[in-house]
Amino acid sequence: MTTAREAAPAAAGEALAAPGRHQVTAFALMVALLVAAPYFIYPLFLMKALCFALFACAFNLLIGYVGLLSFGHAVFLGSAGYTSAYAAKTWGWPPEFAILMGTAVAGALGMVIGALAIRSKGIYFANITLALAQMVYFFCVQAKFTGGEDGIQSVPRGFFLGLFDLRNIMGMYFVVLAIFLAGFLLLYRTIHSPFGQVLKAIREHEPRATSLGYSAERYKLVAFVLSATLSGLAGGTKAIVFQLASLTDVHWTMSGEVVLMTLLGGLGTVFGPVVGAFIVISLENYLAQLGAWVTVVQGAIFVICVLTFRRGVVGEIARLINKPL
Amino acid sequence: MVKRMAIALATVLAFGPAAALAQVSDGVIKIGVLNDQSSLYADLAGQGSVVAARMAVEDFGAEKKGMKVEIVSADHQNKADVGSAIARQWYDVDKVDMIVDVPNSGVALAVNQITRDKGKALLVSGAATADLTGKACSPNTIHWTYDTWALANGTGNAIVKTGGDTWFFITADYAFGHALERDVEAVVIKNGGKVLGKVRHPLNTADFSSFLLQAQASKAKIVGLANAGGDTTNSIKQAAEFGIVKGGQSLAGLLVFITDVHGLGLPTAQGLIFTETFYWDLNDKTRAFAKRFAERDKGIHPTMIHAGVYSAVTHYLKAVEALKSDDGTKVVAKMKEMPTDDPLFGKGTVRVDGRKIHPAYLVEVKKPAESKAPWDYYKIRATIPAEQAFRPLDQGECPLVKK
Amino acid sequence: MTTVFGIPTQALFGQLLIGLINGSFYAMLSLGLSVIFGLLNIINFAHGAQYMMGAFVAYFLLQWVGLGYWWALLVAPLVVGVVGVVLERTMLKRLYALDHLYGLLLTFGLALVIQGLFRNEFGSSGLPYQIPPELTGGRNLGFMVLPNYRAWVVIFSLGTCLGTWYVIERTRLGAYLRAATENPSLVQAFGVNVPRMITLTYGFGVALAALAGVLAAPIYQVNPLMGADLIIVVFAVVVIGGMGSILGSIVTGFALGIVEGLTKVFYPEASNTVIFVIMALVLLVRPTGLFGREK
Repeated sequence: MTTAREAAPAAAGEALAAPGRHQVTAFALMVALLVAAPYFIYPLFLMKALCFALFACAFNLLIGYVGLLSFGHAVFLGSAGYTSAYAAKTWGWPPEFAILMGTAVAGALGMVIGALAIRSKGIYFANITLALAQMVYFFCVQAKFTGGEDGIQSVPRGFFLGLFDLRNIMGMYFVVLAIFLAGFLLLYRTIHSPFGQVLKAIREHEPRATSLGYSAERYKLVAFVLSATLSGLAGGTKAIVFQLASLTDVHWTMSGEVVLMTLLGGLGTVFGPVVGAFIVISLENYLAQLGAWVTVVQGAIFVICVLTFRRGVVGEIARLINKPL
Repeated sequence: MVKRMAIALATVLAFGPAAALAQVSDGVIKIGVLNDQSSLYADLAGQGSVVAARMAVEDFGAEKKGMKVEIVSADHQNKADVGSAIARQWYDVDKVDMIVDVPNSGVALAVNQITRDKGKALLVSGAATADLTGKACSPNTIHWTYDTWALANGTGNAIVKTGGDTWFFITADYAFGHALERDVEAVVIKNGGKVLGKVRHPLNTADFSSFLLQAQASKAKIVGLANAGGDTTNSIKQAAEFGIVKGGQSLAGLLVFITDVHGLGLPTAQGLIFTETFYWDLNDKTRAFAKRFAERDKGIHPTMIHAGVYSAVTHYLKAVEALKSDDGTKVVAKMKEMPTDDPLFGKGTVRVDGRKIHPAYLVEVKKPAESKAPWDYYKIRATIPAEQAFRPLDQGECPLVKK
Repeated sequence: MTTVFGIPTQALFGQLLIGLINGSFYAMLSLGLSVIFGLLNIINFAHGAQYMMGAFVAYFLLQWVGLGYWWALLVAPLVVGVVGVVLERTMLKRLYALDHLYGLLLTFGLALVIQGLFRNEFGSSGLPYQIPPELTGGRNLGFMVLPNYRAWVVIFSLGTCLGTWYVIERTRLGAYLRAATENPSLVQAFGVNVPRMITLTYGFGVALAALAGVLAAPIYQVNPLMGADLIIVVFAVVVIGGMGSILGSIVTGFALGIVEGLTKVFYPEASNTVIFVIMALVLLVRPTGLFGREK
């Protein structure tokens, strides 16, 4: 896909190198900001942004590094959310197990959808993921346990690992931050590993990669499942934070939102999705009182990004300093 | 709207904690009106509720008594996640003390839980589910205007007793629709009737053709519409297209507001029978209120939800004044202690399960010829006294009620 | 009461007829989408928003100018078509060299902007639009009352669909269009103004969407979000029929409406999903769709 190739031309050349110093600096800066932030900014808002940042990073693995646009990724976020909410509320599981259960369900769903979709490419891939996502959405509307339009409410927060009281908002925040960083680092390691190299090779020229002996379909499927699983981690965590799982999280407009975050932040960059997620969530928060202006602004950002800003925020910064980010 | 909120916020920040009431948090009593302002429930509550709340604050004379009262409002878009996020932000960051209105039972249930967790106050006028004073009852919530049980008891009873003994339900597929369907079904069966079928539709549905066809095929005498607002008006309009009434069946609007009748027009709405707890043309006091309300709200006359917001805010302010504090749990307890009295609902009480008690009215929509003025839409068929209008205290499964 | 497979005929035929009516909308919308994809390689996600604009133009014509339904059928497609042409000229043109998916994302963004603006102004519950007086009333068919207006919808959309198919497949103009997609430079060399054809084709596809919107206004109420959930279903129809196949979209549109109606009778909970199940199956077996050709 031409897009990602455009987005990370510098990265392609330096792909084999160990994480550059600038990337370590950027990472340290990110962690420092995130650790200090809850003392100044409403922690619930930050936690929402972190969950979406993880979701966007997971999505970016698929579109930025494998070159596949999945237009139904919300189902992984939402199904994990419902599962975790149900596990915590009805089965009374402690939060870490509830979140793990949600993540596992998303991963399983990823395997099913991935297996069905992976043979298609490009627009057909997007279409089939959209169709399968709609089926999951309507299942969620009908199924008794999801609570339909009301969703699963009053999900208990409990004690994380038996130690951290999640009803304390700062305690909850640092748990969420830890989860986010774990997911982020896992994705980073994946991208900068031999596995990640093969993915990039497949994205650049699939027939050549196949002729070298790599089973393109199997690699793509693994990447898809990994992306789905980490999206599920984000979804499960979000359900515990907000104590609510609802249809909004499985609706196709949510799939569109994660595309927006990734595109705005920078497709195929490491830090892009995080930046994109924070910007979009901040915009939503700031504009929420103005009602439907949120969708207008989101749409406008899409249009502008596609027409003139295809590299995204982090992509442009990377181009300026001429190093991959 | 946004400007007003900004000014309100700026005022709060500028004046700080200076207050006549010693223990009022931050010196300001902040009331949040949370409802649907852009979708199918926008007319029956919406901006009108904000107007009603402001009128209540002014009529109470808050300024003269030295009480600083701020009103903010937001649109929950009928989504539980949006409503929850707003409620949390309001309670945690914006120091809102009390939330009022909240139509859409799903959102109300979510906000009910959050209010309880944070020890604030919730006065529900818009939502219908009787679970708010049943399984989900809370020491921080009062259910003000009406509920699904009252509607079922009023409308359901009346229709079955006049021969409508076979029913088919078209139900909005969420907390409210389910509760209303459940409560009406119970009344129908208690009176010896039968339910021949049910079909659920998504909230805010535009096309009811396939559901109406199913209702027709069932041959039930009564097609019960367990939905509200835009859904109800669409169902009624399309039922006319498909000749439901001409074919011999009757429509039962289980929750209808005067704004719906206004939107449908008397020729389409005439003959509809339903239950409300307020009508603007009941007596001189209600007429006076309606006149002032209409002046402030583009000529629209108040629905029972608007009236409920006015009444609830008035009683809340009285309790805060008596207690000299706006601590949610304490104020709600005080509101249950004090009997209520306002020009719209007259004298009433708030029960221990959080249920406000007042009379209900069975109304019938007039024929076009019978209506003498705009908004002159209802004939009062019967008055249900307060003690009989709502579910008996011991039938609700509310943990706050001691057995 | 006679029954077929245990379902009373009244219910069966009634739902089938409703399905046919829904199918008319699917067919008209997927036709526009297919024309645009087939001839331009653009996935026009803004199609649902353009359908909605058609309905709104009809509403405005009635409210502000006093022009009724029959005028709206003519004027709304023209107005929205012009808007489409402007969009194509200013924005879509720049994306032709890039991957399909950018076109999808751009039109997705446009849809959000358009729907958001309308929602801001008009709220998200419907605005009423009356059925034109010539078409009110219904015909008692025995098993149900068929409103005249809905019968008109079926006839009109069948007519439009077949008319469009004829123009594209059987006339010289259509031949130029098809040739221009296959080999634009060659056709341009023959003196045909290809960019202008492309622009007009996009405008035509959009006009079809707007026409469907006018048809929908009296039934589905004029509502800023009326196209939002519909567009996903229409996508599925186009994919099943074969992206780029005009006949495929028409046939599939009507067929799927009927299938949906049947599902409502036997298994109502699945009626929303059945189209996507079929799409998934078709994509697995025949990735280019039932009538499609490999691009």
